[in-house]
Amino acid sequence: MNAALEISTGEAVLFWVLAPLMVAGALSLLFAKRPVHIAVSIAGVMIGLAVMYIMLEAPFLGVAQIVVYTGAVMMLFLFVIMLAGVDSSESLVETIKGQRGIAVVGLLGLLILVITVLTRASLPPAVGLAQANADTNPVGVARLIFGDYIFAFELTAALLITAALGALVLSHRRRLSPKVGQAELAEAKLAAYGKGGSAEGVTPPAGPGVYARHNSADMPALDAAGNPIDDSVVTVLRVRGQEAETADLDADRVARIATGAPMVPELDGAERADRAELDEQAETTKENEE
Amino acid sequence: MSLVNYLVLSGILFSIGSIAVLTRRNAIIAFMGVELMLNAANLTLVTFGRLHGDLHGQVIAFFVMVVAAAEVVIGLAIIVSIFRTRGSASIDDANLLKS
Amino acid sequence: MDTLNLAWLLVAIPLVSSAVLLLLGRGSDAWGHWLGVLASAASAVLAIVILVQLLGLGADDRTANVHLFDWIPAGDLTVSAGLLVDPLSVTFAILITFVGTLIHIYAVAYMSHDVDRRRFFAYLNLFIAAMLVLVLADSYALLFLGWEGVGLASYLLIGFWNQNTEYAVAAKKAFVMNRVGDMGMLVAMMAMFATFGAVDFDTVFGAADGAGEGAMTLIGLMLVLAACGKSAQFPLQAWLGDAMAGPTPVSALIHAATMVTAGVYLIVRSGPIFEQTPTAQLVAAIVGAVTLLFGAIVGCAKDDIKKVLAASTMSQIGYMMLAAGLGPIGYAFAIFHLITHGFFKAGMFLGAGSVMHGMGDEVNMRGFGNLSRYMKVTWITFMAGWLAIIGIPPFSGFWSKDKIIESAFVGEGWQPWVFGTVALVGAGITAFYMSRLFFMTFHGKARWNDGKNDLPGPERTPHESPALMTVPMIVLAIGAIGLGGLLTIGDSFVTWLEPVTGHVEHHEPVLPIPVIMVTTIVLVLLGAGLAWRQYAASAVPVAPPTGSVLTRAARADLYQDAVNEGVFMRPGQHLTRTLVYTDTAVVDGAVNGLGSGTLGWGERLRRLQNGFVRSYAAVMLIGVIGALVVVLASRV
Repeated sequence: MNAALEISTGEAVLFWVLAPLMVAGALSLLFAKRPVHIAVSIAGVMIGLAVMYIMLEAPFLGVAQIVVYTGAVMMLFLFVIMLAGVDSSESLVETIKGQRGIAVVGLLGLLILVITVLTRASLPPAVGLAQANADTNPVGVARLIFGDYIFAFELTAALLITAALGALVLSHRRRLSPKVGQAELAEAKLAAYGKGGSAEGVTPPAGPGVYARHNSADMPALDAAGNPIDDSVVTVLRVRGQEAETADLDADRVARIATGAPMVPELDGAERADRAELDEQAETTKENEE
Repeated sequence: MSLVNYLVLSGILFSIGSIAVLTRRNAIIAFMGVELMLNAANLTLVTFGRLHGDLHGQVIAFFVMVVAAAEVVIGLAIIVSIFRTRGSASIDDANLLKS
Repeated sequence: MDTLNLAWLLVAIPLVSSAVLLLLGRGSDAWGHWLGVLASAASAVLAIVILVQLLGLGADDRTANVHLFDWIPAGDLTVSAGLLVDPLSVTFAILITFVGTLIHIYAVAYMSHDVDRRRFFAYLNLFIAAMLVLVLADSYALLFLGWEGVGLASYLLIGFWNQNTEYAVAAKKAFVMNRVGDMGMLVAMMAMFATFGAVDFDTVFGAADGAGEGAMTLIGLMLVLAACGKSAQFPLQAWLGDAMAGPTPVSALIHAATMVTAGVYLIVRSGPIFEQTPTAQLVAAIVGAVTLLFGAIVGCAKDDIKKVLAASTMSQIGYMMLAAGLGPIGYAFAIFHLITHGFFKAGMFLGAGSVMHGMGDEVNMRGFGNLSRYMKVTWITFMAGWLAIIGIPPFSGFWSKDKIIESAFVGEGWQPWVFGTVALVGAGITAFYMSRLFFMTFHGKARWNDGKNDLPGPERTPHESPALMTVPMIVLAIGAIGLGGLLTIGDSFVTWLEPVTGHVEHHEPVLPIPVIMVTTIVLVLLGAGLAWRQYAASAVPVAPPTGSVLTRAARADLYQDAVNEGVFMRPGQHLTRTLVYTDTAVVDGAVNGLGSGTLGWGERLRRLQNGFVRSYAAVMLIGVIGALVVVLASRV
């Protein structure tokens, strides 16, 4: 009744490009160490699958694949990886005796089984979805979902709601101690200070970089004795080793800071005269007013 | 080029996913293996749908997707709560079933 | 009938007293024995009142059923606990309570040095109560309750000095052999229930006529077995000799006067059943005849005074069983002999106790002799009993035993000749061994160390017992002298029992009555004379002579214990050993093997359950692959 399906050369080319990429991405599951790498690889596999769906005359499913898997599921995976184990690159050494052997046997068994079956199976000539997709693919699928499968569809609605609630319940942590807010925190700090503890949190920490030069944020503040205050530089810079040393400053500036001398640049003679004149004028103005 | 190629690809992906479940100790990675297996199955469904000129395959794949989404939500929530209580995402650490 | 309705008090009073004594413990040590005596005496008084009341009624009205309560309402079987007050049961009640009270009084003195006297009286009261339940019961079920109750009391009392292992073993032996008889009783009750659907006397006896002879024979034989166990009849007689381990008052009350006669009571009470089954009757008579001779022969050889009395009891009960087995003509005489025997044998036991009391608990007659000089009252009362048991007119035993011998000669075919001859010969042997006992103990030369002669053994100072002991002996001796003659006047006792045993026309024995009587007396005199010549006129060796084969056999209870051990105990032990071995090797082996096998497999399988999800997943994968392979293989 239907003409046999013709698979275009473009599709074949696309398949042969995509398939190795997808297999390679999937293999990262077995060999990659960092979870983030794996998650991204699998996201790539998902995109490949979406493309394949579209190649297989299922554009609705292809888009849904991108939205659901690449957009939602894999991103959820990434979230959890960030939350739970971003830095845990596990060792690939097997701990269960014989597990790896079983895995290899299983892999080979499955592959041999599947490939044997597929190659030996006598499949009917492919039909293609040209007829079924006559009113566009989404319409065809929608007719089925909201027709034959309406009950299952409604059930999936319930399932999703349940899943959302379940996730909420599972990840909900019951508070075992009263919540510590800003007010309580401040009181606790003051109380600690009152008992002779550190003044941290009571007085604000020293800010960095009072000596504007090129990047004051990397420069520690100096205390009254002229020693650098380490805490005044943000942690990130310290960890990165981008913190500046007081030794980077010129020595007499350090000395001046230590002695508390005014930070006024040196004036030459003319300037000094101008300044004295100005002072004088100010005084006369004052007297006139009186 | 025939549609069988898609099926073989699906089989390979499925095998890789299942072996990932067997060998990886990190629960999140193993879980990704499960997702890969589901997707391989979906690919099979869609391929057979095309082979038979029938949209039912796609509809089933759609439902699989929905259920998989729900499953991922719950699975990840469980992993997170285990991680929070035990400080580890390793499957092997969760072996309380053993006597 | 007011007093008859109070019959339950007969049982209740001693029972409550027993409970009080046992529960109050040491607190009632000071007065406990008197409470026991009082309880027994109260029952005795009540029994006499009931007797008087019954005597005031017409012969046909002398039966009263006193319903107490519904006891066992179990489906089709409803057993109500009720008392049957009739001439037979009242006769027994009188015997039990009257003799019982006398023995209670005796025991107050006899047991005065025992720290556990209160407990002793508690057990005695328990026995009185149980025995009264036995005789007053109106159904076999209630009778069985009393039956077991007296068995329990007997066990407790035989083993009263259970710190002595031998005594404890004797108690156990009595208990176990009684159980054999109890099995018979139980089977009989089951058969009754199967046949009549009831176990109360009225129903069973009422329907006995219509039942098949097979069932009746089974019931009858089982009842005979029960009677054999309780009354120490052949082949279950071995326990009675050992039961003498108990204190002498116990021997007097339980193992002479009352409990051991329960078997005779059972058969007489079950008369309507036995009338339907000549086989069982014959068996009962044969058992009685065999035991009669058996006990008499054993009695001739024993040197232990109490064991001789026990053998004599066995033999005398044999007479009663023989009479009971003869059927209605014998019932009344069986009971008659039972009553007179209860008096004279109890009296003799008390006398023996008195002798032991005076001789430092010595029981070997070869260590006695010439005690009549030291214990006048004991001697005279014992003599009364002796004359009664050997059947010298006009003492009690003559009247009762002579009637039994006469009845044994009644009948047709071989039976009267055999039974009659056995009874006759038994009377002669009885005369011999009782005279032997009497002469060895009270006459002849003294064979004990009085401190002046140089005889071996500890020094003895024989003395008369206190009045508390002698008075009961005197009372019983009076009974031994006069009771038989008194009750024979005008056949009053036989007439009194007629409502139960039925009226029996006089039967002519196969020999003329005077011939029988004269022969009996001649045999008795012969036996007594022989005993006199051998044990009173000539010296008695202190060490027992080797004796003939028969003597040695008789000393060993005619090897009854050996036979029991060989025939029942050894095979039984082998059987149990085999069973135990089978149990451990086969049953336990299978069970334990299963267990350890499961354990071993579990241990191996446990390794699979390592708790690693990935392992489970691996197994699943392998399983899936395997399943797929199977599916595909089956499709190719």
